[in-house]
Amino acid sequence: MARNVTTRHKVTATVAAWVVALIIFFPILYTLITSLKTEPEAIAGFSLIPSGTFENYVTVQTQRDYFKPFMNSVVLAVGSTILALIIAIPSAWAMAFSPTKRTKDILMWMLSTKMMPAVAVLVPIYLMFRDFGLLDTRIGLTVMLTLINLPIVVWMLYTYFREIPGEILEAARMDGAGLWQEIVYVLTPMAVPGIASTLLLNIILAWNEAFWTIRLTTTNAAPLTAFIASFSSPQGLFWAKLSAASTMAIAPILILGWFSQKQLVRGLTFGAVK
Amino acid sequence: MATQNTKTLARLMMAPSVLLLLVWMIVPLAMTLWFSFQNYNLLNPGNVSFAGFFNYQYFYTDPAFFQSIWNTLVIVGGVLLITVVGGIAIALLLDQPIFGQGVVRILVISPFFVMPPVAALIWKNMIMHPGYGVLADIAKFFGLRPVDWFAQYPLFSIVIIVAWQWLPFATLILLTALQSLDGEQKEAAEMDGANFFNRFIYLVLPHLARAITVVILIQTIFLLGVYAEILVTTNGGPGYASTNLAFLIYRTALLGYDVGGASAGGIIAVVLANIVAFFLMRAVGKNLDR
Repeated sequence: MARNVTTRHKVTATVAAWVVALIIFFPILYTLITSLKTEPEAIAGFSLIPSGTFENYVTVQTQRDYFKPFMNSVVLAVGSTILALIIAIPSAWAMAFSPTKRTKDILMWMLSTKMMPAVAVLVPIYLMFRDFGLLDTRIGLTVMLTLINLPIVVWMLYTYFREIPGEILEAARMDGAGLWQEIVYVLTPMAVPGIASTLLLNIILAWNEAFWTIRLTTTNAAPLTAFIASFSSPQGLFWAKLSAASTMAIAPILILGWFSQKQLVRGLTFGAVK
Repeated sequence: MATQNTKTLARLMMAPSVLLLLVWMIVPLAMTLWFSFQNYNLLNPGNVSFAGFFNYQYFYTDPAFFQSIWNTLVIVGGVLLITVVGGIAIALLLDQPIFGQGVVRILVISPFFVMPPVAALIWKNMIMHPGYGVLADIAKFFGLRPVDWFAQYPLFSIVIIVAWQWLPFATLILLTALQSLDGEQKEAAEMDGANFFNRFIYLVLPHLARAITVVILIQTIFLLGVYAEILVTTNGGPGYASTNLAFLIYRTALLGYDVGGASAGGIIAVVLANIVAFFLMRAVGKNLDR
């Protein structure tokens, strides 16, 4: 009897959970379906069965040169993330392994820079970019995204490094390991998972950043955020093609995101929720 | 001596990120502050003069200013309400034993990874479009008149879109917190005859308090600056009906070319954000001590 009740409970919960999940996921699913429809089909009323054409994907590439903003997104997201890691790893390392009284203050201060609203510095940044010829360049935007995400990268790395037990270093030293061996054989293997998670989450954040990437680019360095935003005008309103472009813009990051759920919670709450 | 060396080394290792962030924080902000006291229009860049508090006065007396502040609060408050209440409900549901838990989680978390312009355009065209959107199809099916969302309820529409983007975040964090709740405690409460409602109020909610705080504070930071969603859907209109402070500053700066006015608005935005930041820092700081 008791087993019966729990099974029924599980079935009810399962149905409810799937309904909620499918409603939440529906806009994404429908975009994917619409991208496989022809343009007349796309505005012909609700239908979950597309004719299955891949024409839209081809058209988006041939007419709007989709590959260019895609590559810009890749270069910006990966470039800014690696740059941020190079700058942040030594800092986080020092804070985790030789903390001082001021370490906590420095960390909090770094976090506080993240709270400066982007619009508040839109004018000076825009003017500086204009005067230095950085508008619509990959270099300018990469630096921008690096600075924006640097505090989060330092924080995430710090929370990971802090969990590497100090005793293990002592043990290695007792066994006669030199500093170099310590770094290569003991610390690096323990730090790699944390660095990888940070890399993943930061690529996602940089890929989806949609204020500076839209405002500081026009065509040459425009990543997918700016590319898609340019479809908002009525003359760009070709739903099936827009859906194809949207699907391609979100698919890579959606898949990366699925792999980084756990790290996401940790990274975005600065270690406050694990 | 060795420790002195370690300390110097540690400082050197921290120097690049600290210096970069210091410059990043101080230089643009100082420039914004400076511009906010200048008469400076990009259409007439040769004619720059000291303006005193004129820009603040101008921004403050603009009727669009109070509307934009109000809209900002509506977006932040509305999205928080939907995501926190909805997030708790969905997290409780996903915490039950269900078939296909992994897939359900993936489906629920997905909207968070959709870039803002895509999210906004999907909703604008495919879901909320008065002629061809799914909601219009549903309305027609029931013989109702389709709603022209962005014309009739522009601000509400934006709240819905942004809430869809942030609901997964709230759910995921609350679910993570929920899963760390001690199973024995739950069982003990059940044995003592506490019903679901009582268990929720006296056991689950206090346990979630910290996670809820974190969700509210982190989302607020991002929600104060909602931009792309407005840009691609309503463009702040009709009139100023869906213009928030961030969008108003953008309009003043890059559409009105008014550097001084936009900078004054920027400083106001900084002050607002700092009020929020003050509380966030305290919450996160407490956790660091633990």
